[in-house]
Amino acid sequence: MTTKTQALLNWVDERFPLTSSIKGHLTEYYAPKNFNFWYFFGSLALLVLVIQILTGIFLVMHYKPDASLNAAGVPVAFASVEYIMREVPGGWLIRYLHSTGASAFFVVVYLHMFRGLLYGSYRKPRELIWIFGTLIFLVLMAEAFMGYLLPWGQMSFWGAQVIVNLFSAIPIIGPDLSLVIRGDYVVSDATLNRFFSFHVIAVPLVLIGLVAAHIIALHEVGSNNPDGVEIKKKKDANGIPLDGIPFHPYYTVKDIVGVVAFLFFFSAVVFFAPEAGGYFLEFNNFLPADPLTTPPHIAPVWYFTPFYSILRAVTYPLFGLDAKFWGVVAMGASVVIIAFLPWLDRSPVKSIRYKGPIFKFAVVVFVICFFILGYLGVLPPTPGRTLVSQICSVLYFAFFLAMPWYSKIDKCKPEPERVNFK
Amino acid sequence: MSIRVINFIKRAAAVLLFAPAVAFAAGASVHLDKAPVSTDPAALQHGAKLFVNYCLNCHSASFVRYNQLENIGLSEQLIRDNLLFAGEKTGDLMKIAMRPDESKVWFGKAPPDLTLVARARASGDGSGADWLYTYLRQFYRDTERPTGWNNVIFSNVGMPHVLWELQGEQVAKVTQNADGTTTTTLELVKPGKLSPAEYDKAMADLVSFLVWMGEPVAEKRKSIGVVVLIFLAGLFVLSYALKKNYWKDIH
Repeated sequence: MTTKTQALLNWVDERFPLTSSIKGHLTEYYAPKNFNFWYFFGSLALLVLVIQILTGIFLVMHYKPDASLNAAGVPVAFASVEYIMREVPGGWLIRYLHSTGASAFFVVVYLHMFRGLLYGSYRKPRELIWIFGTLIFLVLMAEAFMGYLLPWGQMSFWGAQVIVNLFSAIPIIGPDLSLVIRGDYVVSDATLNRFFSFHVIAVPLVLIGLVAAHIIALHEVGSNNPDGVEIKKKKDANGIPLDGIPFHPYYTVKDIVGVVAFLFFFSAVVFFAPEAGGYFLEFNNFLPADPLTTPPHIAPVWYFTPFYSILRAVTYPLFGLDAKFWGVVAMGASVVIIAFLPWLDRSPVKSIRYKGPIFKFAVVVFVICFFILGYLGVLPPTPGRTLVSQICSVLYFAFFLAMPWYSKIDKCKPEPERVNFK
Repeated sequence: MSIRVINFIKRAAAVLLFAPAVAFAAGASVHLDKAPVSTDPAALQHGAKLFVNYCLNCHSASFVRYNQLENIGLSEQLIRDNLLFAGEKTGDLMKIAMRPDESKVWFGKAPPDLTLVARARASGDGSGADWLYTYLRQFYRDTERPTGWNNVIFSNVGMPHVLWELQGEQVAKVTQNADGTTTTTLELVKPGKLSPAEYDKAMADLVSFLVWMGEPVAEKRKSIGVVVLIFLAGLFVLSYALKKNYWKDIH
């Protein structure tokens, strides 16, 4: 570095923690050297967040949140999306990146959360990281739900109708609450405009704040790893963890590999199957919203279906309250319960590598149930399907609620002193 | 444990065992013929001609401009001479004069805009093209309908068979199957201007045009995609080599 740039850097450093931040978060942030495949998804989630924000900025330049009909009798919002797809140069690419990005976000976030589950990343001292993460997941669901209304297609409209109606099942405040959410007695232009406002500014601000908190908390305590042992317990003479390596350059170059591989699969969807067989862009959503025509089957987008199944699985009224209300409670609880994992897991070890057979079995059953619930959520209900989703819902909750008990009695293997790295 | 609890566990285990069978049983579906969709300009141009002559009177394609048909190989002069009948400009959208509120009274439902029909009609049974290809070939005479026409996969459809002069007239023969279901077979009783094979080809061209119209950028999208994937594959090799090089000192 020349003396002039050094002088400039010093000038900045006396006024802003530039060098110390770069050191603290990159060049002298020591991450365990044994990260495996599962550790790509955190940085990938950040990448998808950036993709969504950038493409979103350009979409807002041409999108119009307006439910009134244009001269051809088509809602303006729906027509503006087709305008982006057909007449805005490169608009189709921006739109497909954004619509595929929504699904990709949930793919990487689900895998990222599953990594935490596998290696006990939620355990002490990382409880707050986990709570911030659960909040990010919750906020992301709100963001996706509101964004899905904007194209103003049939599924946008009727999906929002079904979900907002759920809030009316809450006793006393329910009807007024759903009225406030919609801004009207039915899903209408008022709903479209407030969802647009929330989707493009309010919720993203919260999301970015939570992501910052998530990363600051992570860098405070340091990353967990596939062995679940604390690398800070064994340090060299300089106070550097023996099993730690600087995040930059080691994990930046490694994450570039992950980013390129991810972009390969992401682009394959964007360029060759943007509808993803009707799962990323539902076929019915190519019809403009029509309040007078209810589609034969209203299915939420795939990433909501496990929780939607849990909602539908509750078919018994209780304490004089509607089954629908308890369904909403169960659906809410199924997400919120994730935040309590740090206190539900009483195992002496963190990583599944050293956990006993009961925990491993429980995780397998949990994953199978999650997939079955997800699959059933796309289908219209039948008595047989409802029974299956009821059993899977019970097992879903049992995985969490019985964990203090089964994780304690499980036969765990001893944790190693240092991480495994070949 | 009480008998009831044990019974419940047994029942739950049995249900879980058969869960896939219950869950994956398919719902009611209709058989759709596979549409021979083409991206050949000649087929698309023939489809465009059929669309403008037979569909565009009642159905709009209000997201498509006439001059966008230059992308399927028509010159501006050809578009002006052959496709514009009522003083439209080549930059105009393919709109119609019929008003939705009036057509709703006439047909029971306003004829939908067809720009996106090939995408919207996709379902678990087949692509939107398959549905359209089947639908356009399965009109039959039905004296009980106000239009005199009905359709096998869209029963009591509001649209009359506007292509009857090409296809001719079909009648439906309903046969009872052993399992209680019925099968409808169509028989051509009055031939049209086209032979059945020619009519099928014409419908394939029309459907190909509707598919093109649903997403005009589709072919360009795929060709860009090939370049992008090749680039990323190359970049993957380089980034992997970079990672390997950096990490060779980590033991």
